[in-house]
Amino acid sequence: MSEQRAALIEQTISTAEEAERARNLERIWAEPKGFIGWFKAVHHTTIGKRYMVTAFAFFLAGGLLAGAMRLQLAFPESHLMSPDLYNQIFTMHGSIMMFLFAVPMMFEALAVYFVPLMVGTRNIAFPRLNAFSYYLFLFGGLMLFAFFFVNSGPDRGWFAYVPLSGPDYGAGKRADIWAQLITFTEVSALAVAVEVIVTVFKLRAPGMSLNRIPIFVWGQVVVAFMVIFAMPGVVVSSTMLLLDRTASTQFFNPAVGGDVLLFQHLFWWFGHPEVYIIFLPGTAIVSTIVATFSRRHVFGYMALVLSLIATGFVAFGLWVHHMFATGIPQMSEAFFTAASMMIAIPAGAQIFCWLATIVTGKPVLKTPMWWVLGFFFVFIIGGMTGIFVASVPVDLQVHDTYFVVAHFHYVLIGGAVFPLFGAFAYWFPKITGRMLSERIGMWSFWLFTIGFNITFFPMHILGLRGMPRRVYTYPADAGWTVLNQIQSCGYLLLFAGVSLFLWNVWTSLRRGEAAPPNPWQAGGLEWATDSPPRAYNFLNLPTVNGSEALWDALPDQPVISGLHEDVREIVTTRIHDAEPDGRDELPEPSIWPFIAAVVTTALFIGSIFRPIAVSIGAIPLAIALIGWFWPTREESERRRRRDIWQKS
Amino acid sequence: MAEELTRGRQTLDVSMLPNVTFADRSLTWWGTMGMMAIEAGVFALVIAAYFYLHSRSQDWPPGVLPPDLTWGTVNTFIFILSVIPTEWYRRRAHKGDLGAVRLGLVIATFVGMANLGVRYLELRHLNCDWSQTAYGSAVWFLMGLHITHLLTDWVETIVLTVLFYSPHIEGKRFVDAEENASYWYFVVLTWIPIYLVLYWAPRWLRS
Repeated sequence: MSEQRAALIEQTISTAEEAERARNLERIWAEPKGFIGWFKAVHHTTIGKRYMVTAFAFFLAGGLLAGAMRLQLAFPESHLMSPDLYNQIFTMHGSIMMFLFAVPMMFEALAVYFVPLMVGTRNIAFPRLNAFSYYLFLFGGLMLFAFFFVNSGPDRGWFAYVPLSGPDYGAGKRADIWAQLITFTEVSALAVAVEVIVTVFKLRAPGMSLNRIPIFVWGQVVVAFMVIFAMPGVVVSSTMLLLDRTASTQFFNPAVGGDVLLFQHLFWWFGHPEVYIIFLPGTAIVSTIVATFSRRHVFGYMALVLSLIATGFVAFGLWVHHMFATGIPQMSEAFFTAASMMIAIPAGAQIFCWLATIVTGKPVLKTPMWWVLGFFFVFIIGGMTGIFVASVPVDLQVHDTYFVVAHFHYVLIGGAVFPLFGAFAYWFPKITGRMLSERIGMWSFWLFTIGFNITFFPMHILGLRGMPRRVYTYPADAGWTVLNQIQSCGYLLLFAGVSLFLWNVWTSLRRGEAAPPNPWQAGGLEWATDSPPRAYNFLNLPTVNGSEALWDALPDQPVISGLHEDVREIVTTRIHDAEPDGRDELPEPSIWPFIAAVVTTALFIGSIFRPIAVSIGAIPLAIALIGWFWPTREESERRRRRDIWQKS
Repeated sequence: MAEELTRGRQTLDVSMLPNVTFADRSLTWWGTMGMMAIEAGVFALVIAAYFYLHSRSQDWPPGVLPPDLTWGTVNTFIFILSVIPTEWYRRRAHKGDLGAVRLGLVIATFVGMANLGVRYLELRHLNCDWSQTAYGSAVWFLMGLHITHLLTDWVETIVLTVLFYSPHIEGKRFVDAEENASYWYFVVLTWIPIYLVLYWAPRWLRS
């Protein structure tokens, strides 16, 4: 197997011609230099890294806010912070973790960086849109913090229910800022969703037919479709909220025919699939790591892919289970309970496939694999309490208590953050060219896992004892004090685990062992190129012969030739069988996506204060978009000389 | 030459594959489809919200007349008829027929202008105010969404028309012309259910 792999990995430069080609490709694909150049970058590895660093910074910020809450709750009747500040902090914590960390990290960052590498192409489809999406995400997050520091942080919970967030009860600008934070992040996620789908549909390496697409890529494609169908729910609900607050529409005003539950329906149409948007990339990471470290193809490839798709579908039939306590008809309650329990079937199928892979393989226990084992333990506990709360009588009992807080931290941290740290340990060498320390990695794994369980397990008991969510303090005689104090101690371990991880990253970047192209002997195409990948990803664009491209490669696996290498040309393939179908030229770096993002930001923030900002802002935005798409004369002429039209 | 470049390794030569590809063979077509899927989702949810609000109300429309039929119906006819020149220039774009595409885009620009003019008259005959009732809010929101699409496509058509009269003619432009036609079809196709909801649903539901 190793020499077969070598045949495809052979991106090394050994002849004078290859050195010449490599120099040329480097010149064509290199990112622009200098300060202004930073804002023109369009390569998916550059943008992907920015997404990762930014989303992780927001994760740390959200984690510090959690620390502030744990400090406040460590003592009964504490007046360390005011109820008003506490409201802002738990709303910020939830909004940051959902909108600025979980989705941008699990979907945007990982998909943007890895999908083009894994399908064997040189950049993501629509690279300028990709850059635009990143700046919007960044600006949305910065806006949220800017307003928080002037005491205008959102304070109505991460879902901002009306009427509490409506014009009558939500004074000031706090709810508007929440609504626009949503707009920023949803536009960026939707843009990436389209890019990912088109990249996977049209830019796969020849031979990568549907049954050979890496599971990780399958996962991200299913998520991209979920983003496309779910996000409109929050687009509509947050826009209606903003209109009710700023333009005196009456969507949620019951006095004149409006309805507050409309907001909840629209919000959870998005909000429930959102959970799977965060969780499915986690399972796709687990499938990848389990196969690599069991030294075999994943067991049940087809079952895993179908489970991903089934989860994607069923996720849209569950949203009302967030509304069991709102007095909806019993018939709906029965339907949504059944649908909610049904989601356990594809989740269970995946878990059994992973176990079968591990049992029938030759498992190697490195840090990424430990995070996967942690995921099994934590996520399965979360899944079991999920079955509890899917049942209406239990849900009514524990609704709005800490039991629910415990449940969703077990599924979200278990289902996303554990696999994410596994993914960091697994792909860090690829992204940075340095190996992480295994020893420090194990320390941070154990600190994080033990700390997590100490922090969140007691919440189940607290919830059953009746402690409600979102209270800034509690009476000393409620019987909640000791458990709260245990939880706050657990936070310190979590904090230490994450700090050690950062220390590991810092020291490994400076003096870690240099990473070879494929340190884990894995089978995915991302390992067929240097660590870190060159600006053009692959010297020779690969072809594919199996679901683990490197393990399944033939000794003389062909590579692609005949692309113009003086421009950013790539090969396009057909959706189902990945037969070569055409060539396309991807755009050059450009400042226009950044300018368009700045104008869009001004428009969004302006609309919080004056609705007319949307109409005024549309003019410079249109100008920026025209600049973005306007071709230069030379490139039009060059292409016209070389054009080959399809035969119709 | 290919063998030379890759040291005698087996290669898959793609140099003769087309780079001017239409419909589902082009990346832009898929990108446009993705955007349409998103926007169709938004339309569908706003229509769902309209009927949800109806299900929570006693009178529909509440104490006002439904929108006047005339201008909405006129616009619907313009939308339907616009398909003829659009389909013509879309097909000619496949053949690289510069003259036909130029003419088609100019016609499309004028058709868009007519739609926008009639749309202004429609807005004056909606017979409701967005700030009075939830019904009015839903009507104006749905209308506003469609206007946004109409305006976007109209500006896009103008920009493309200018490009077609500039020295930037190349295969990609003809692909763009086809995408422009596809997006126009989206504007037309979404208008039909919106027209039925805005103009006819209040009449049918009034009983």
